Amino acid sequence: MSTLERSAGTRIPEGETFPLIFERSREGRRAWSLPEVGVDAPSLDELIPADQRRAAPPRLPEVSELDLVRHYTRLSQRNWAIDVGAYPLGSCTMKYNPKVAEDAAAMPGFSRLHPMADDDLAQGALELLGTLEKALCNATGMARLTLQPAAGAQGELTGLLIMRAHHKKQKSERRRVIIPDSAHGTNPASVSLAGWKAEEVRSDDRGLVDLEALEKALDDDVAGIMLTNPNTLGLFERDIVEIGRMVHEIGGLLYYDGANFNSIVGLCRPGDMGFDIVHMNLHKTFATPHGGGGPGSGPLAVSDRLEKFLPKPVLSWDEGAERWFWDDDRPDSIGRIHSFFGNFGINVRAYTYLRSLGPEGLKSVAEHAVLNANYLRVLISEAFPTAYPGTCMHEFVATAKPLKKFGVKGMDVAKRLIDLGYHPPTVYFPLVVEEALMVEPTETESKETIDGLAAALNQIAHEAETDPDLLHNAPVTTPSRRPNEAEAARHLKVRWTPE
Amino acid sequence: MSEVPDDRQYSKEHEWAKEDGSRILVGITHFAQDQLGDVVFVGLPDAGTEVEAGKPLGEVESTKSVSDIYSPVSGKVGEKNAAVEATPELVNRDPYGDGWLVSIEPSGSLEGLMDSAAYQKLLDES
Repeated sequence: MSTLERSAGTRIPEGETFPLIFERSREGRRAWSLPEVGVDAPSLDELIPADQRRAAPPRLPEVSELDLVRHYTRLSQRNWAIDVGAYPLGSCTMKYNPKVAEDAAAMPGFSRLHPMADDDLAQGALELLGTLEKALCNATGMARLTLQPAAGAQGELTGLLIMRAHHKKQKSERRRVIIPDSAHGTNPASVSLAGWKAEEVRSDDRGLVDLEALEKALDDDVAGIMLTNPNTLGLFERDIVEIGRMVHEIGGLLYYDGANFNSIVGLCRPGDMGFDIVHMNLHKTFATPHGGGGPGSGPLAVSDRLEKFLPKPVLSWDEGAERWFWDDDRPDSIGRIHSFFGNFGINVRAYTYLRSLGPEGLKSVAEHAVLNANYLRVLISEAFPTAYPGTCMHEFVATAKPLKKFGVKGMDVAKRLIDLGYHPPTVYFPLVVEEALMVEPTETESKETIDGLAAALNQIAHEAETDPDLLHNAPVTTPSRRPNEAEAARHLKVRWTPE
Repeated sequence: MSEVPDDRQYSKEHEWAKEDGSRILVGITHFAQDQLGDVVFVGLPDAGTEVEAGKPLGEVESTKSVSDIYSPVSGKVGEKNAAVEATPELVNRDPYGDGWLVSIEPSGSLEGLMDSAAYQKLLDES
């Protein structure tokens, strides 16, 4: 299929303008009609006092049901999604989200369950959460976890608050958290939010934590270290056990950022590497919807000695009464960090994914993720060499630096890839690699898809030499062309106002 | 190819420092702005802030990333370039001129910085 056909397949005529739903509005048009009220209705004054009512109705779009359906359907056709094509966005693990998980989450026993329902009326749902907790603890090698955090970054904050509670209990004042320069971008932000100071430790020429630099940074002011393993360069931190020993020796804790858990799930466990606190991204490793809002789920797991600090309530099993219940009697808990019990429907999907794969299936997830990444890495290595030598894990960081001599940048490569029918990789991250292209094909793509992606990237490298403007002007097949990113950042407009 | 004027000195973090009477003007190099890409925000310290050589004095944000600006010299901030805060693209357009960032009343010397030839060599090797 040519790119033009592909684009025509979305039935968006070239140059079509796309009105906002507000601009489709026609006064008095409705998507509903209700029969006359057959009983005496109380007056509005009786229901809501006048001083608590707004003076004028809100300005909502007035459209028919068909207008509404077409508007959002056409909008969705302008979007890219994993159900449309490959999405090798590094560090994001954009794998296929199995539809069986949607079926499970839509079961009325789950979807219609009220969050305020009494524990006795929700034993099935609680059992699912309890079983999911146990399975995730097994997969990470940790003692207990909370399903409250709504995303990875909230998991990070929760973990850092637990780290703080731990040091407070030990009556130990600490101010710094160590973060390697190849760490995930949210780590320093979470450290700041938790009231600590982030201190960067550089990578060595293997792309791994520089042990000498780490040794220098460690003292009794350090609360802990945040690491992802494999790191953001897609490399396994070989010295992890030694790093753990060094950090524990000064009384610090090890935090595991689960962003890259997909490459080791079922094969090895952060708990066995010496980590004290671990978050997972269910929307990455455990295949729940991602990209376009999720919502996410970032469970946070801890070792035995930190269990008492977990957010409350904690789900517990009453052996005598043989029932699940929410335990609020947790005096050392950092408190609640999400309303109710996290994103429940997402946790149902992750549970379904885990149960449908089983331990052996989970192991093959990691094996195929690593195999696919290495296969793609080698296919494009001549045009886009990796920044650090050797085998990668589930992703790799290549560089578009060889194309600089033709006036072509990493961003141009990414934009041209859209024209060729693929979502671009992550660009310009991590910062330690110049013109970085961070590629993560995931285990759910076939050999044919990866071959196609490699061919497209190699074609782009050739075009950079023969027709660089083709790359500078890309994308040309999309409803929206390349935005002026600098202008957008300097003069951000996010609000529409009527004439 | 990056331009490296020989009327000033350079840090390995790609800042430049230029003597201007008793004060020292500080900015980032042509190479630095080229690496960053389009600059969209510049955060600078207020006049009177104490700065230390080799320590961050502010930050510059581009469409790619946020980077610290390291002070090439110790001293006190005399003036910040308000024009560059309002119009960050000046850093791209004229990094050695209108795109200067702060002036510093130095308490230390410029020793330890590179001259243009040494900085050019650093760029050639990178």
